[in-house]
Amino acid sequence: MAKTLFEKIWDKHVVKSIPGGPDVLYIDKHFIHEVTSPQAFAGLEKRRLPLFRPQQIVATADHNVPTINQHLPIRDQLSKHQVDQLIENCKKFGLELYGLGHPFQGIVHVIGPELGITQPGMTIVCGDSHTSTHGAFGSIAFGIGTSEVEMVFASQCLLQMKPKRMRINVEGELNKGVVSKDIILYIISLISASGATGYFVEYAGSAIRSLSMEARMTVCNMSIEMGARGGMIAPDETTFEYLKGRPFAPQGEEWEKKVAQWKELYSDADAVIDKEITINAADIEPMITYGTNPGLGMAINSLIPATETLPEGERKNIIKALQYMGLEEGKPLKGMRVQNVFIGSCTNSRIEDLRLVADMVKGKKKNEHVKVMIVPGSQQVAAQAKAEGLNQIFEEAGFEVRQAGCSACLGMNEDKVPAGEYCISTSNRNFEGRQGAGARTLLASPLTAAAAAITGVVTDVREFLS
Amino acid sequence: MQPLKTVHSTFVPLPLENVDTDQIIPARFLKATTREGFGKNLFRDWRYENDNDQQPKKDFVLNNPLYSGEILVAGKNFGCGSSREHAAWSILDYGFKVVVSSFFADIFKNNALNNGVLPVKVSDAFLQKIFEQNNQSTLTINLDAQTITIDATGDQETFDINNYKKTCLLNGYDDIDFLLSIRKDIEAFEAANL
Ligand code: SF4
Repeated sequence: MAKTLFEKIWDKHVVKSIPGGPDVLYIDKHFIHEVTSPQAFAGLEKRRLPLFRPQQIVATADHNVPTINQHLPIRDQLSKHQVDQLIENCKKFGLELYGLGHPFQGIVHVIGPELGITQPGMTIVCGDSHTSTHGAFGSIAFGIGTSEVEMVFASQCLLQMKPKRMRINVEGELNKGVVSKDIILYIISLISASGATGYFVEYAGSAIRSLSMEARMTVCNMSIEMGARGGMIAPDETTFEYLKGRPFAPQGEEWEKKVAQWKELYSDADAVIDKEITINAADIEPMITYGTNPGLGMAINSLIPATETLPEGERKNIIKALQYMGLEEGKPLKGMRVQNVFIGSCTNSRIEDLRLVADMVKGKKKNEHVKVMIVPGSQQVAAQAKAEGLNQIFEEAGFEVRQAGCSACLGMNEDKVPAGEYCISTSNRNFEGRQGAGARTLLASPLTAAAAAITGVVTDVREFLS
Repeated sequence: MQPLKTVHSTFVPLPLENVDTDQIIPARFLKATTREGFGKNLFRDWRYENDNDQQPKKDFVLNNPLYSGEILVAGKNFGCGSSREHAAWSILDYGFKVVVSSFFADIFKNNALNNGVLPVKVSDAFLQKIFEQNNQSTLTINLDAQTITIDATGDQETFDINNYKKTCLLNGYDDIDFLLSIRKDIEAFEAANL
């Protein structure tokens, strides 16, 4: 029977099906971090259960960690307590922890791929919605809640209903100044913040195929922002090339064997798909969001859409969002002053993102009114950026280069955007208060963020480049 | 987990769409390492002027003494955003047993069910009818029959829930109990596939 990429992997991981109910799905890799794991460890202890398969768990500290002076004790007592709990739990349950000070530490969705832990054909979960990132390798990867973290701890399985299948094809060549972040912001603006709820998305088409692994991760990362359970891309030579030689990737004969298996991971031509959308890559322009969910985005030269023709519920929502953002319908964003630029997060904090930014700002200075924070996704990215001389470029431009962590993406540590100020951010969520109470987030690509850092205003990177 | 069979109560209306988990419980309150006590920070930024003083915002519904009950009724796409189960914990801890909306985000729905909070998905029209009720009006949710009724008008809809989850909720079981019971199957799967 013809199968989709998703079904090929799912079906191979079903331990048991409950008639009329969920499937028992076997989980290959389980990533954990400090915020969503403590209650799961506590639950396990309460039931007096051991970890079922500790060697399939990978632990790091990322959400809460400071991004300066990581060698010093954490100052925020609550954060410190949470990170300490993770250290203690890992010790107690015999898990290796890539914590602060470890060369592998970093944002969980950055380190999995760069260490070669994330591989095609796997089922991967983490108590974090952006686990969808790992789907870029042709794996089924999705975020779970803490009760589910506990289930995987106890049994290496989850009870899951099979989602519906959606395919989004992006065909053709991308315009100048348009990168993968623009692709996904465009898709979400098209189908809305809930447009893919209940679906698992496969991204396909020539424009997706042409993307590097890191760019593919950016696309899959934001699948959750349209409500999808996850997103994935069939593995190909680009995938194998990226993985080869990474610390946890298979070696030697095992590598050959695995690659042969991975080559079978694609959607059969006549497989049934519940919903299919095809997008012309040429229609995508540099994107920016104006509202308080990632679906409220537009091409950077556009005017903020008028709300009068919208259905009542939606209209009320957008008016509320614009009020929060201090923006008006019918007005442009281009040229507007911003006070902050944040380059980082599991969406755009990899070495390629940093290189893109460095290319743009080399020899330039940031605008004096803008505070620019650049936060590498992992210790490895940080080390590489330093080795390539990128840090020097950033520092000369007046950027604040931080240490690895989630940072201002969710403002759990001290990296926050002040109330009422605008921040062009390469992260994935522009929710009210996400980057700090009252903070106003404009989501965009690293290129657009870099341009704004130099000019101090919302800038069309194409004009900046020419 | 507490078993849940029927809920008969007044409700708290929140007629907003896309209520995301960052609004339900802002990230700065995720530093606790237990499941309890999140109710006081439910909808924190909509509820209070700032963190330091406890000055409630008068126009927010949770601060309006006219509205109370075990049921939260919210606009479309409730619970979108992060996977933080703290959102479900804060709703439960505040005292809600049921959330009614015309659309739920996936992860939130699972998290709610895993904590004994029942998400009831109704049609847009039915949701509208609920919002038109006054603050004395009650709703009855019968999980066994899978129905939700506006008691004053007799309007009724049925809602979907998969059988497995329904059994869990009715009896207060959770998934771990079940997964532990099939340990042999899991080991057999590993032996055959890994
Ligand atoms: S960078 Fe942001 S979105 Fe990514 S895992 Fe950290 S907090 Fe979540």
